[in-house]
Amino acid sequence: MHITDILVTGEPIIYAAMVSIALVSIAILFLLTYFKKWGWLWREWLTTVDHKKIGIMYILSALAMLFRGGMDAMMMRVQLAFPDLGFLDSQHYNEIFTTHGTIMIIFMAMPFLIGLMNIIVPLQIGARDFAFPYVNALSFWSFFFGAMLFNVSFIIGGSPDAGWTSYTPLSGAAMSEGPGQNFYLMGLQLSGIGTLATGINLMVTILKMRAPGMKLFHMPIFTWSTLVTCFIIVFAFPILTVALALLTIDRIFGAQFFTLTGEGLPMMWANLFWMWGHPEVYIVILPAFGIFSEIIATFAKKRLFGYNAMVWSMIIIALLSFLVWVHHFFTMGAGAFVNSVFSVSTMLIAVPTGVKIFNWLATLYKSKIEFSVAMMWALAFIPSFILGGVTGVMLGMAAADYQFHNSYFLVAHFHYVLIAGTVFACFAGLVYWYPKMFGHKMNERIGKWAFWLFFFGFHVCFFPQYFLGLDGMPRRLFITNIVEWLPLNIISTVGAFGMGLGFAVFVFNIYYSFRNSEREETGDSWNGNGRTLEWATTTPIPYYNFATVPYVDEIDPYVRMKEEGKTTYDESKLEPIHMPSYTGAPFIMMAFLALGSFGLIFEWMIVAIAGLIGGVIMMILRSFDYDEGYHVEVDEIKRIERKARGL
Amino acid sequence: MKIKHLRSKWLGLIPLSLILFLSGCGEMTVLNPKGPVAESQYELIKYSLWFMLGIIVVVFSLFAYMIIKYREGRPGRKESDYDPNLHGNTTIEIIWTIIPLIIVAMLSFPTVTTLFDLEKAPEPEDGQEAKEPLVVHATTADWKWFFSYPEQGIETVNYLHIPTDRPIEFRLTSADAMTALWIPALGGQKYNMAGMQTKLFLQADEEGVYDGRNSNFNGEGFAAQTFKVHAESEKQFEAWAEQIQNEAPALTAEKYDELLKPGLTDKDSFSSTHLEYINHASKEGMGYVVENYRDLFKEKLHLDDIEQQETFQ
Repeated sequence: MHITDILVTGEPIIYAAMVSIALVSIAILFLLTYFKKWGWLWREWLTTVDHKKIGIMYILSALAMLFRGGMDAMMMRVQLAFPDLGFLDSQHYNEIFTTHGTIMIIFMAMPFLIGLMNIIVPLQIGARDFAFPYVNALSFWSFFFGAMLFNVSFIIGGSPDAGWTSYTPLSGAAMSEGPGQNFYLMGLQLSGIGTLATGINLMVTILKMRAPGMKLFHMPIFTWSTLVTCFIIVFAFPILTVALALLTIDRIFGAQFFTLTGEGLPMMWANLFWMWGHPEVYIVILPAFGIFSEIIATFAKKRLFGYNAMVWSMIIIALLSFLVWVHHFFTMGAGAFVNSVFSVSTMLIAVPTGVKIFNWLATLYKSKIEFSVAMMWALAFIPSFILGGVTGVMLGMAAADYQFHNSYFLVAHFHYVLIAGTVFACFAGLVYWYPKMFGHKMNERIGKWAFWLFFFGFHVCFFPQYFLGLDGMPRRLFITNIVEWLPLNIISTVGAFGMGLGFAVFVFNIYYSFRNSEREETGDSWNGNGRTLEWATTTPIPYYNFATVPYVDEIDPYVRMKEEGKTTYDESKLEPIHMPSYTGAPFIMMAFLALGSFGLIFEWMIVAIAGLIGGVIMMILRSFDYDEGYHVEVDEIKRIERKARGL
Repeated sequence: MKIKHLRSKWLGLIPLSLILFLSGCGEMTVLNPKGPVAESQYELIKYSLWFMLGIIVVVFSLFAYMIIKYREGRPGRKESDYDPNLHGNTTIEIIWTIIPLIIVAMLSFPTVTTLFDLEKAPEPEDGQEAKEPLVVHATTADWKWFFSYPEQGIETVNYLHIPTDRPIEFRLTSADAMTALWIPALGGQKYNMAGMQTKLFLQADEEGVYDGRNSNFNGEGFAAQTFKVHAESEKQFEAWAEQIQNEAPALTAEKYDELLKPGLTDKDSFSSTHLEYINHASKEGMGYVVENYRDLFKEKLHLDDIEQQETFQ
C-alpha cells in the first residue's frame, strides 16, 4: 500500500491544513511535557465523571467545531463571491458543504447544548451528578472520538461529498466509492450512540433525581426543555442508528438496501433520514428555547410569563416534530393528498411556537430589562427567529415549496432558524452560565462587540439569500454562473466574514476574561437576580454540588430563599455524600471503538475486528467492576463549605 | 447611550433596505411567472407574504415597544411599570393561540386546492380550447438531460423546445442519481428518480428562452447540469420538430450508451428516442448505468471552470 492511497494529496489548501495540524499537535505535546501536565490531564479530565467537567469539555470541543465549520462556510462564501478566482473546484466545494452541514448540526450545535445541559441541569434540580456518571463520560468520549474521526477525513482518505443528507443512491458504494462516505457513516454512528445514551441518562436524572418536593411543574424551564429534548432523542436516534447501519452494510458488505443495482429502495433513505432529521431540528431548538426563557426572566427581573403554556407548547412541538418529515421531500411525487396532510401538520408547528414568542414578549411587559450581553443575544433572537419562522411556514405550503425546494430560499430559512435560534442560544447560555463554570464573568464590553459584529454579519449574510432563492439559485452550487446572482452573493460573503470576526472576538473574550476578569465571590453572579437553584450554589461549585439538598415546592425557589434570607446550606443536616470514582475506562473503551471504526472506514477488517474486541473486553471488564465510589466525610464538606461561604 | 443612538439610526435603515430589495423583486424569476403553473404558485406565495408581513409587523412592534418602554434605565419610569409577579393571563394566552390557528387554516385551504390543481394539466384560459398536453420524457444521467418527444419521435440532449399555450406533461425519471427538474420561470420542481416515474405539468404562455436545471445535488457535475427552454409558437415548434426529424441522426443504442457515460456533454438532437429500447422508469432499467460504468463513477472530473461548456451558456 502506498501513502498516497491514504493521505489526501494535490490540494495546496489541504497541505497547509496538514502542516498547521501537525504544528498544533506538536505544540500541544511539547507544552504538556514541558509543564509536566500529562498526569494532570489524565487525572483531572480524561478520567473525570464529574458532569461539570464533562460539560466544559463538550463546550470546548463544540467551539473548536464551530471554528472548523465556520472556516468551511467562509471558504464556500469566497468561492461564490469570486467564481472567477478558481479558489475551489467542484469536488472540493462538495466536500466542504457536506462537512460544514454535518459538523455544524452533529458536532457543534448538539454537543454545545448537551454541554450546557450537562453542567446546568443537575444544578437546577438540586442533584449531585447524573443518574449514570460513568455512562455520561462514555457519551462524551463517543461524541469526541466520532467528531475526531469525521474531522481527520479531509487529510486522511478524503471527505464525504454527498451532502449532509447523504441521499442514496448517490452516497452508495457504486457512485461514491472510497472511504469518504464511510467517514460520514462511522463518525455519525459513533457519536450518535453517545447522544442516545445521554438522552436516556438525562431523562432518568431529571425524572428520578430532583430535589425533594420538586414536582415536574416546579422544574426550571431549561430543565423542562432538556427533558422534552431527551424524549425526542430517545425516539429519533434509533432511526438514525438503523439507517446508518443499513447504509454501512450496503457499502462495505455489499447488501442492497438502498442500491439501484439490486432492486434496493434508494428513496427509503430519504424517509429514514428525515424521520430522524426532522425531530433532530427540534433537538437543537428546544433547549435553545429553554435557555432564552431563563435568560429573559433573569434580566427582565420577572417571573416567566405563562410557564404552563411554555411547557405544553414544547410538548406539542415535540409530538408534531415526528409527524412532518415528509415536508423535506414534497417534490418526490407522493401525490396531492399526502402532501396536503404533511403541509398542514407542518404549518401547525407555527402555533405552539407563536405562543412561545408571545409569552416571551409578555415576560418583558412590566419588567426592568437589563441589557447585559446574555440578554442581548436572547433579545436579538426574537425578531431574527421570526424572520426564519415565517419563511418556514411559507416552505411548509407544499404547492409553493415546489418553487422554494432546494433553493437558496431554503438555505436562508434554515440558517435563520438555526443561527438565530441555536447559535444565539449557545452564545447566550455560555455567557450567562460562564461564571458558574469558570468562576469569573466574560468581559461585557468585548462581549457587546462580538454580539454586534455577529448579529449584523448574520443578517447581511442570510437575508439576501431569500432573494437569491426567489431568483432561481439552487443550493450546493459551486459557481454562480448567472450574472444577476453575483451582487447578492458578494453581500452575503461580506456578512459571513462579519460573523467570522464576531466569533473571533468572542473567543478572544474568553482569553481576555481569563486574564483580566474579577473572580466571583458570590454564587449569584448576575447582581443577585438568579431565580433557580444553580445560582444558590457557591462559585466555584464544590464537586458534590450541594452540601445539603434544599426542599423545593415552587417555581423559581431561589427567589423566595433570598427574600427569606435563607441559603441551601444547613450545617446541622450534613451527612456523608456518596460520589462516583473517576475512571479511565470510558476513554479507553471509546478509543478502541474509534480504532475499530477507522478500520471499517478503510475496510481493513483486521483493525476493525481488533477495535471491536477491545471495546467488548472493556465492556466485560466494566461488568465485573465493583467500585461503588466513595463517601465525602462531613468534616471535609464542612471545611469546603465554610471556606467558600466565608463563614 | 452611544450604542442606543447608533441602533436607532440603523433601525431607520431597515425600511429603506426593504424598499431597495423589494424594488428588485420584479425581476426575481419566481416572482415573475411566464406560465399558469408558475402563476398559481406565485399567487400562493404572494398571498402568504401578506400574512407573514402582518405577523412580522405585529411582533416587531410589540418587541420594540417592550424593549424601549421597559428598559431598566429609561428616564421617567413609573412605579407601576414593574410588576415582577405578573406571570399569566388565560384570556390573552387563548387569543394568541387561536389567531395563529386561524392563520394556519387560512393558509391551508389555498395550499391544498393548489396542490390538487398541480396534479392536472393547467386549465385553459377563458374562451380558449383545452389542448391535449404535449408529453415530454425528461431523463437525467450524470450530468446531462435527455428530452424525448414520443409524439414527434425525436430526442434532444441538454436543451428543450416547447410550444406556448399548451400544457407540457413531463414524465420524469433518472438513469442514476436522484435529480430534480426545475424551470423557475414556468413553475416548481419535482424529483427524477431511477426505477420510477413522476409527473410534472408545466406550461409557457410567453415566448422566450428560460433557464432550466437540475436542482437536486447529484455530484461533481451538478452545477453544469443546466439547459435552456425555448418556448415558441405552436407553428415554430412544429417546424423545429420536423427539422430535427428530417436532419438529425437516429439515436442508436450504442450512441445512447455512449452519452450515458458519467461526464458532461454538449447539446445534441436525434430523430428517434431512447424509449424504444430502455425504460429507466421501470425496475429493470434501474441499475443499468451504474453496472455499465461502475469504474467511471470513481473518476473525478476536477471541474473548476465549467463556463467553457457550451451547454452552460
